[in-house]
Amino acid sequence: MLFHKISVAEYTLLPTMPPQSHCQNKSATLTTRRHFLAQSTTAISCAFIAGRSLAQSPASSTPGASAALKPNGGAIAWVNATLLPVDKPPIPDGVLIVAGGKIKAIGSKQSTPIPSDATVIDAKGKWIMPGLVCTHSHIGGMGAADSSSPIQPGVRILDSINVRESGFRRALAGGLTTINIMPGSGHLISGQTVYCKLRYFEQSPRIVDDILIRDKQGKPIGGLKMANGTNSQGDSPFPGTRGKSAYLVREQYIKAREYQAKVAAAKDDASKLPPRDLHLESLVEAMQGKRIVHHHTHRHDDIMTVIRLSQEFGFQTVLHHVSDGWKVAKEIAAAKLPCSIIVLDSPGGKLEAKDLVFRNGRVLDEAGVRVAFHTDDGITDSRLFMRSAALAVRAGMNRDKAIAGLTLAGAEMLGLDDRIGSLTVGKDADIAILSGDPLSSYTRVLETWVEGQLAFDLSKSQDNLFAEGGLKAGSDLDPFLCCYAQAWQGGAK
Amino acid sequence: MLSLPSNSILADTALVVQAKKILTAAGKTIEDGTIVCVDGKIKAVGKTGEMNIPADSKILKCEIVMPGMVDVRTCVGLSGILNIKNDSDQLESSSPLQPELRAIDAYNPREELVEYIRSFGVTTVHTGHAPGELISGQTLIAKTIGNTVEESLLIDGRAIAATLGEGSTKAGKQSPGTRGKQMAMLRALFIEAQEYKSKLAKQTEAKPDKDTNKDTNKDKSSEPVPRNLKLEALVDVLAGKKALLITADRAQDIASAIRLVDEFKIKLWLDSAADAQLMIPEIKAAAITVLLHPSMARASGAKENLSFQTAAKLHAAGIPFAIQGGFEAYVPKVRVILFEAAVAAAHGLSFDAAIESITISPAKILGIQDRVGSIEIGKDADLALFDGDPFEYTTHCVGVVINGQLVSKGN
Repeated sequence: MLFHKISVAEYTLLPTMPPQSHCQNKSATLTTRRHFLAQSTTAISCAFIAGRSLAQSPASSTPGASAALKPNGGAIAWVNATLLPVDKPPIPDGVLIVAGGKIKAIGSKQSTPIPSDATVIDAKGKWIMPGLVCTHSHIGGMGAADSSSPIQPGVRILDSINVRESGFRRALAGGLTTINIMPGSGHLISGQTVYCKLRYFEQSPRIVDDILIRDKQGKPIGGLKMANGTNSQGDSPFPGTRGKSAYLVREQYIKAREYQAKVAAAKDDASKLPPRDLHLESLVEAMQGKRIVHHHTHRHDDIMTVIRLSQEFGFQTVLHHVSDGWKVAKEIAAAKLPCSIIVLDSPGGKLEAKDLVFRNGRVLDEAGVRVAFHTDDGITDSRLFMRSAALAVRAGMNRDKAIAGLTLAGAEMLGLDDRIGSLTVGKDADIAILSGDPLSSYTRVLETWVEGQLAFDLSKSQDNLFAEGGLKAGSDLDPFLCCYAQAWQGGAK
Repeated sequence: MLSLPSNSILADTALVVQAKKILTAAGKTIEDGTIVCVDGKIKAVGKTGEMNIPADSKILKCEIVMPGMVDVRTCVGLSGILNIKNDSDQLESSSPLQPELRAIDAYNPREELVEYIRSFGVTTVHTGHAPGELISGQTLIAKTIGNTVEESLLIDGRAIAATLGEGSTKAGKQSPGTRGKQMAMLRALFIEAQEYKSKLAKQTEAKPDKDTNKDTNKDKSSEPVPRNLKLEALVDVLAGKKALLITADRAQDIASAIRLVDEFKIKLWLDSAADAQLMIPEIKAAAITVLLHPSMARASGAKENLSFQTAAKLHAAGIPFAIQGGFEAYVPKVRVILFEAAVAAAHGLSFDAAIESITISPAKILGIQDRVGSIEIGKDADLALFDGDPFEYTTHCVGVVINGQLVSKGN
């Protein structure tokens, strides 16, 4: 367990609460400028749900949502498969039982009785692993912070996600079931990220609410995106140097601390609360451990700067990309920060990624650092996410650790490992069914299941289109990625 | 023709490679085979028990050996690892039509990324100016070894690189702003080149007789035609000495490229070609060669329709093609064709065809099949050694041989 839990294990897949009267009352209190930090989290989530109810008809008229909500019928039992539970050693010839959207049982054929009413599926020759978790993706859009300021922690990516983007379907074709959708790296703080489940069944999600992962109170869960190094530098008001970058971040967190103190001092007295500030609220949440900081960083000295700032302000941090991580692996291990690394087919593209190597995962892991991989989709293709782990193994990374890097380690870095990331009884039935070893280049994802429902089936023509590509399988716009457009126009930052 | 690298690991002794499997890319696989390399060339290939191995030979052993790979279209060496002005010479944006720009004047053989792709077994590159202008410049073919471009060079000025579609349109009032304008500009330039070509031909016919020192023709056409580097380059295309490489992804741009070939009777290499899968009959009818985009190219923008299966479809249709590393503006700054072919092999392309798509097929397309691309007697001793199936991600390249020299310990 890497982090303080944001939420308890029990949760609802989607908010089923109708806008009840107590919610409406409390949401009304928000309009009286009561500060949310002084309120219970229930009030906040009610406010969110109430807000949603205004924008949307009841659930019955939203087929996407109702499909996602439909409880799974009877149990399904896969037999004769090679199971990769991730939290335990592989099980050859295993049995996996799923019901009600959850994993009900997993084990060897001998030790795992199959309920008489279960649908039994012979998965001989196939491998079953947890649905893949991508800790860093840009599917659905990048539109959080704009170019007006380098620090915009109050801006939410969830307000910009296009759930009809074909990238979600392509991600399912890669076995992904959970993604952290992030704003870009062109800011010191580019906004709030959001954790999503790929609930793309026969009826697609209609609005972003249909794919959110929520806590017990119904509040969407997400992190905070930060960046340092060259991507987040630029012309004024953006910083021009690394020193200025760190200064600007420290200044904001100090303001957030002062804000936090004022809110605490006001207790329940609304008249004493400071004017509500969405940016500072977000930073306070980060310092309280309610919002994990996902920090883009490449060069060894930038990595050390992230460690320094995270220690000064106490925000929980996942280091992302970490191209030079292998150079400061001991220091990262000592700071107990996990790394979500990118694996690219070559180094470079900018100076601070020129020493990126396949052995990064191995060196970090051997130093005692928890390692996950990410796609950074559209930088790499979610359909080929498993090859990131395979290339790390090529460079000597422990095989089990590499597979955990696609699943459980990522779940930990999102603070969701109590519900996803391994084939463990009680966790969500998010699974990928493969034609063989996940580390083989010839292996194909055959099916992807999300919360007990089939979300991708290679044998269906529409799903096959997204898996293979072809007419209308892609995105008709080039990805809007930090530095990508600039690079295209001649020279990355 | 090629100088041996001064930092060569081996002296002039023979180099012998023994492998459990030799993927010759020449129609057969040899189990338990031996390759004898002498003076930079392959002297013998066969079953290990049946071969005479020269005394004092250096012997390398591995699981699988295949021909050194040939990247049919990259910009490596013009495009550098840091992606800054000082190492980015792949695209000159001051004018949309610059066929006169030579790759030989820009290629950096010591570029780190050249060494990087070599470490995976890429031994020959067709590199040069990038997509991004209507005509961005020329290309060259080089081995991935050598301290100067002259040492590395196989062929200078192999093709002229052009781009159709949104990849080379310009904003505002600059031309070309539309597809129609692109074709109008290209056609006008080729017509100018045709006229220039015929003037040059008349000049040759009109040369004074040296014996009599008498002008056989005193009209104006006897005046020397002023040299025009732009048109000279295109005359080479019209004469079939250089190919016209057209980057075109969308179906309508592929159709335009074919139209251009029909009008000017030039050798076309269709580059990238994401929509090639939708244009199989047209490409086949026009007898066009495809330099296919990397399998892992991004499915967006002009490439929104790209498919992992395109290589398999081209192969099934009998269309000559090879899988390229291509140009990357950001990351990964260079692509490794070994990995790109591996993805094609997982999506319908047979193993043998996938090997050929990065060895003998590109060699044939580029016209260097007498030198490289397969393991056959008399060819350059360019080899890639592996400790298993080359396409498996967890397999390692364990040695790279160029011109009979071990130049990399692999990756």
